[in-house]
Order: sequence, then C-alpha cells, then structure tokens
Amino acid sequence: MTAPALGRRAGRWHVASGALGRTAWVIVIAGFFVFFALPVAWLLLAPTKTDAQLVGGGPLSFGSWHDLRLAWDHVSSFEGGVIFTWLRNSAVYSFSALAITLVTAIPAGYGLALTEFIGRKTLLTITLIVMLMPGAALVLPLFLEMNAVHEVGSVWSVILPFSFFPFGVYLTYIYFSSSIPKDLLAAARLDGCSEAGVFWHVALPLARPVIALVAFFSFVGNWNNFFLPLVMLPADQAAPIQVGLNNLLASTPAFNPVAGGADLNFDRPELALTTLLAIAPILVVFLFSQRALVSGMLAGATKE
Amino acid sequence: MAVSQQARPAGAAEVSRRPPARRRGRRGRAGYGFVAAYLVLLALFGVVPTLYAVWLAITNSAGQLVGLGNFTQVISDYRFVPAFENIAIYLITWLVVLVVSVVGLALMLHGRLRRASAVSRFVFYLPGALAGAASALIWMFMLDPSVSPVAWLLHDLGYSTFADTIAPQRLPVVFAIMAFWTGAGGWIVVMYGALNNIPGELLEAARIDGASALKTAWYVQVPMLRKWIAYMLILAFAAGTQLFVEPQLVGAASLGEVSDSWSPNQLAYQYAFHSNNFNDASTVSVYLLVLGLACAALVVFRSGLFEVEP
Repeated sequence: MTAPALGRRAGRWHVASGALGRTAWVIVIAGFFVFFALPVAWLLLAPTKTDAQLVGGGPLSFGSWHDLRLAWDHVSSFEGGVIFTWLRNSAVYSFSALAITLVTAIPAGYGLALTEFIGRKTLLTITLIVMLMPGAALVLPLFLEMNAVHEVGSVWSVILPFSFFPFGVYLTYIYFSSSIPKDLLAAARLDGCSEAGVFWHVALPLARPVIALVAFFSFVGNWNNFFLPLVMLPADQAAPIQVGLNNLLASTPAFNPVAGGADLNFDRPELALTTLLAIAPILVVFLFSQRALVSGMLAGATKE
Repeated sequence: MAVSQQARPAGAAEVSRRPPARRRGRRGRAGYGFVAAYLVLLALFGVVPTLYAVWLAITNSAGQLVGLGNFTQVISDYRFVPAFENIAIYLITWLVVLVVSVVGLALMLHGRLRRASAVSRFVFYLPGALAGAASALIWMFMLDPSVSPVAWLLHDLGYSTFADTIAPQRLPVVFAIMAFWTGAGGWIVVMYGALNNIPGELLEAARIDGASALKTAWYVQVPMLRKWIAYMLILAFAAGTQLFVEPQLVGAASLGEVSDSWSPNQLAYQYAFHSNNFNDASTVSVYLLVLGLACAALVVFRSGLFEVEP
C-alpha cells in the first residue's frame, strides 16, 4: 500500500491501524471473496467431470471436454429433451410478462410523476407498500383466486401475476419526477401536443435508461421465480426451469437413491450442468449490465 | 449510467418541488388513462387475492362465516408452532449475521483500494442473480460432504453425509447461509451507497480529533447508517418470514428427514395441496400477509425513506 497511489484515506488507515489492521482487512475480505465466489467456480467446473471425479478429485480441477460433452448429451436426451422445454417455458413466461410490465408500468410511473388526478397519492402509497411486501406472501392467495376462476394450469395464471410489477412503476416514477424538465413538457403542450402525444413523443424517448432498468429487474425476478409457477402449473411439460430443477432432484440418485432407477444417465454432473443452464441467462444479464443494475438498486433502495 | 445520478437524490425533496397550481381538467383525465392498465393489474393480482384470502380465512368450506375460528384452529395444529419456531430461529441467525457482516464489509470496502473494492462488491453481489431453486441446489452440493469443495471443513465439523449436514437442528443456520449468499451482496451495495452520502468533512473532523478508523466507524459512520440498517432489517425480516424454496428443496432431498411443513409458507402449501383445505391455507397466508404488510407499512410510514409528497 503506497500512500501516494491510494490517497489520504489509505494513509490514515496506515497510520491508525498499522500492519496488523491491514493483514486483518485482507484476510476478512479474501475470506468473504472465497465464500461468495467458490460455489459459482465449483459449479462452472462440475459438468466437466464424471460423478466419480466429483467425489474423488480436486474440487476445483477441470475434468475433460469429453465428459462435458457426455453430460451435455445426457442432459439433452433426458426424458426426450424436457429440459429444453422448461428453458423455453421460462423464456416465454418471462418475456411475455416483461412486455406487459413495460406497457403498463412505464405509463403508470409517468402518470404518477407528471400528471395530477384524484387518488394519485393513495395509489403511490399502495404501490410502495406492495413493492416492499415480500412476493411470496401473495402466492397462495393468487393460487386460490385463480382456482376460483378455473385458470390454474393456464399460462396466464403465471404471466399475468408476473406482469404486475410495482417496483417497476416506482422506478419509473422516480425517474420521471426527477429527470424530465417540466418546461419541456409545457413547451410540447403549447405546441398543441395532446397528453398522449407528450408522453409518446417527448417523455418516452427520454426514458430509455429506466425502461432498460425495469426490463432487467422484471426479467430477473420472473426467471428466478419458483413458488408461483410451482403452484399454478402442475403439468411437468408446462414447468419453467426453476420448477424443473426441483423435479430433477427426484431423479438424481445422489439426492434420491430410492428413485435412482428412473434414469441411470442423470447424476450430479448432469444436475450441475442443468443448474448452470438455468442460471446462464441471468448471469449474462448481470455481467453485461452490472452498472445499470447497481444503479437501479440504489435508485430503488437509496432514496434521500 | 445516467439513472444513478438522477434517481438517487429523488424521493421526498425532489418531488415536493412540483408546482402547486395545475390545470386539472384535461390532464386529470389523462392521468387516469396512464395508470389505468396498471390499476387493473393491481386490483386483480394485488387487492383481490388479498381480500379473497381474508374471506376464505373467516369462512368454512361450506362458505359460512366462522369469525376468527380458523385463526385459533390453525394455531392448535401440531405443525403450526414448530413452523413459526423454526422461522424465528432462522430469522435471528440470519438477521444478526446480515447486519454484522453487511455493515462491517461496507465499512471495510468504503474509501479504500478503489479497484479491489469495486471488484469485491461485484463478486459479493453476483450470487444475487441466482435466487430461487438454482441457488438452493448449488448449496446442496456445497453441503454434501462427498462432493463439496469444503468437504474438509464439513468433516472437521463432524458431518460425513449430506443427512448429517442438514440435520434438523442445523437447518436454520443452513438456510441463513443460503440467504446470506444470495442476499448480502445487494445490501452491501446499498450500504456502500449510503456511506458515500456521509459528508467528507465529518470524517475529516473525526480524523483531526484523533479518532482511529475503528472509532470513526463506530461513532460517526454507523450512527449515520441507522436508518438504512433499520430498513434492511425490516425488509429482510419480512422476506425471511416467507421462506419457502430452500426448505422445500432440501426437504425433497432429505428422504423425509425434514418436515414438509418446516416453514409457515410450506404449512399453507400443505393445507392447500395435500389436504385441499383452502380455508386453513388462507388463514396461514393471512398471518403471513399481515406480517409482510406491517413491515412494508412500517418502512413506508415510519422510516422517512419514502416520503410521498405532502
């Protein structure tokens, strides 16, 4: 740690705590680094090994491309390619809901931020409360509602509740109320633009960053959701990948010796590969939009 | 990205700048037009299911009103108290670990070694992408002594099989570790952001007065984070009461060792799917809804973080 490179604060640390403090700092940070990164690293390597290698070999060793290929073949032929059906289902549910979310949440956030109507404040408060309430609390009530109208099992029983995304409305509200100059909208109105025209031609083109942000959060939330599709879609063929992973547990001998006969070609390397496939889209989104996501978290949580 | 700069200082102060005099008429009606579609979703998938659950909770299977009968009846179910006990032990473990580690790590990462700090925050945050069944599965590998990369640690602790690791008395800690792995990184980012809002002069003054880094953290920075710590604890508490995926998956792989109604949400699920008892399922759900709503309302009305304009 050279003081000129790190500035005054590092210098202060140096004076105040000395070598012992710095060593402790490195050990703690490195320890947490390993805690957070090791499971992901292990998962990336697991599909390249045989089950025997997973048990006997070094945990962070690379197996072989051949074994990866073998695991891939087993995964893709498992029950006639059902894993790809699950992945496709996840994509269909997530993207359909994402589209409906954007169409409903962006105008709603705009309306809450830049128009005036009776009940606006109440709607904002309700939105905040529902946004902060854990989503799982509503899953069984939603199931009972869908059951009452005989919609359980339909794809809409998952897509429509996914589309209801108060956090997206709130993010849009914050964005419009803080970063759209009011004069701009007033000028457009003076030019004879209708309210819808102002939104469409003036506000929307400026809202691209927040649209991307809402899309990310909606997609990640939908893709990772387990509880709602579990209760709504009983058919194996209709399950998204998260529920599929749950079903797979039952046919992996390592975790369920009783049902081991179901498919002899499906064991831990295959399960690891499927888990990897399940998280791949989210991982890609995270890696490529890191800064946007972090800024969104701050917008959603750090408002002062 | 632009949003971070513009969105962060929003909220209360920003919103109240709105000009008081406005044209109602045309723009009033337009306002309803913009929120209409969202309003329909809010009604159908927020309000109606809540009210319907309350209705089912105060009626019996024949549709007759039974008042609060269901609420006292589910408490006497032999699975009800253990489920809430499990979740209570889990919550205490998880919240203590969360607050100590998140505040500690945010303070340690703040204002030092900028690149290493940014990389660390990203790595800590990454598992947040893997919520749901995938992260529970990853941890089942990590906790299985036969394949775990930390098998030596598990063996040292005296666990030689997966069943040992997930023995009932260890489950609250196991689920707390899983929740920490996926959830802590996001909160570290939030705390880090909050630390950035503390004026530099304040830390400078503490330094000039001869306060060590540790003392500055304890007497200056932590008190200024209080609001955020409360916010984190309330939301983490609310989310923790709803635990479902992790006990469901671990239970499925435990060959019956772990109760299928380990958490309250699982109990509600059991009522609905294994006994077809929608009234009792709703009753447990209403208990959980009330907890969740109370926490959310506490944050909205009491924390001062979400002031809706006057």
